[in-house]
Amino acid sequence: MKIIVCAKQVPDTTEVRIDPVKGTLIRDGVPSILNPDDANALEAALALKDEHPGTMVSVLSMGPPQADEMLRECIAMGADDAYLLSDRAFGGADTCATSTTIAAGIKKIGYADIILAGRQAIDGDTAQVGPQIARRLGIPSVTYVQKIVALKKGSVIVERQMEDGYEVLEVELPCLLTAVKELGQPRYMTIAGIMDAYAQPVTVWDHTDVALDPADCGLNASPTQVHRSFTPPAKGKGEMLKGSVAEMSSQLIERLKEKHVL
Amino acid sequence: MYAYLEKKHEMVRKLVRQFAETELTSEILDKIEETHVYPEEILQKMADCGFFGVKVPRALGGQGADVRSYVVMGEEIARVSAVSCIWALTPNSLAGGPLLLSGTDEQKERYLRPILTGEKKVCFALTEPGAGSDAGSMVTTAVKDGGHYVLNGRKCFITMAPLADYAVVYAKTDKTKGTRGISAFIVDMTLPGVSTGKPENKMGVVGCATSDILLDDVRVHKSDLLGEEGKGFSNAMATLDVGRMGCAAMAVGVAQACLEEAIQYSKERRQFGHRLCDNQAIAFMLADMAVKVETGRLLVYQAAWLKDQGSKEATMAASMAKYHATEMCNEVAAKALQIHGGYGFMKEYKIERMYRDCRVFTIFEGTSQVQQMVISRALIK
Repeated sequence: MKIIVCAKQVPDTTEVRIDPVKGTLIRDGVPSILNPDDANALEAALALKDEHPGTMVSVLSMGPPQADEMLRECIAMGADDAYLLSDRAFGGADTCATSTTIAAGIKKIGYADIILAGRQAIDGDTAQVGPQIARRLGIPSVTYVQKIVALKKGSVIVERQMEDGYEVLEVELPCLLTAVKELGQPRYMTIAGIMDAYAQPVTVWDHTDVALDPADCGLNASPTQVHRSFTPPAKGKGEMLKGSVAEMSSQLIERLKEKHVL
Repeated sequence: MYAYLEKKHEMVRKLVRQFAETELTSEILDKIEETHVYPEEILQKMADCGFFGVKVPRALGGQGADVRSYVVMGEEIARVSAVSCIWALTPNSLAGGPLLLSGTDEQKERYLRPILTGEKKVCFALTEPGAGSDAGSMVTTAVKDGGHYVLNGRKCFITMAPLADYAVVYAKTDKTKGTRGISAFIVDMTLPGVSTGKPENKMGVVGCATSDILLDDVRVHKSDLLGEEGKGFSNAMATLDVGRMGCAAMAVGVAQACLEEAIQYSKERRQFGHRLCDNQAIAFMLADMAVKVETGRLLVYQAAWLKDQGSKEATMAASMAKYHATEMCNEVAAKALQIHGGYGFMKEYKIERMYRDCRVFTIFEGTSQVQQMVISRALIK
């Protein structure tokens, strides 16, 4: 079996702040990490590899050359190889252009039975790239996968997380699944894995390698434009009502009337 | 980025730091101090990450990495917990070292592989009540009797002895030949005549039991002679060579943690209307501590790099690193505790444990004075 995991290097948002004047992200000194949902997707792929010996797990990313380190971390966790789509032409891509490029990368790698991606990236939070890749490849996708129940010949049974429960779905292979964190706690790297990660190359492809016209990549092919980034103003402080139940109830009704809720 | 390290070593650092900060929580470390018991599940996780066989070749079940990966691992675990560092380093050095250096293929398969997977524990039994730094004066004997050797004697301060499945025991097969009469044996701790003393009540690194091993007419099969007869002492010394770098790395890790604690505390604590670190006397202490930690670290990385190059200078460098880093660690820990004032004397603060833990660093695996001997002999020979 062949699995491709789509991974993104993101700034660790627990350490990102927004410049209150410019409204842009302050990225200086912020460490880059493997997007957490993508780490869950990789874990699911590696768990399938543990269960089904002979499975090959490849990791694919689009990003600047620095993403090389993140991809090597994926190999150190147990992936077999890694590919990086890196080109100035890919810069400034929105989800639409990103999925075109990633789909081209997947076609270049060749066949995959399962493509796994994280639900969403913590820097953009769109959750669009996974399903868009599936659309471009013409394969079915299941989002919010919390469990891979069974792998059958030609299909896979998964649990799809809902707000108040989950669905059990059987989907034909090849397919794309997007992972939520319940899909699997990412394993640690191993020291041997780290040695492997630096004993092999990470394959880097530009737009010509994946047969894409620059007009179909990056900013050129991105209909979305960020109008403004800002920190929402802090919400007002809550008010504790005091007195007996009857007094508090009448105070509450007064307040709700003031706000035209009642 | 350090000149002696490559990107892969920085990734080892990232792994080990993530492991230590996630697994070795304050609750777990406090419980170890209280119960003197180290959790087996953490040891198993260390084994799964490959911490127990860093330098051991892949073919033998190891990780196939190098000495620099080993010291970086030691440093990063010690930054969070010294006793955890001893647990992680020992299978690589004192337990696995003698087997890797002198074991036959069969011995490596039988004894080394289960150490790497965390299934078995092996301790290193060299020291005796009357033979510490002067290991050559040991009196434990091994007398050949048919297909066996009969061992008699007493080993002391043996780390992990009460928990070990096997011990590498050094004993005299020929009392007339001094250190050339010492041989190494793999002793199954369940053999008749083997017993361990009561675990010692130690000042620090609580959570890895240390005790005597008593050998009373213990019959060890000749297939468990490790290396050739009479070559035990050189096996022990070569093992300690690598062990010294591990100790030095551990000292750097603990010193780094002491420095971090001191910086944090001096920024939080206010006296005379300002932060402690706003006093030049305290700020300069922090600067001195940082310089010392960094010089210790560089000596360790240099020694590890020399060892990775196969250089003969590695032995001297390891002694220098062990001597400097362990003395430096005690000094930095004392200063960090001083900056904490009365609070540093209380068990609620991390610095109290680190101060106790590092005291043994200048003593075990070759005292500072033994390192000075090694260094000075090389200088004046």
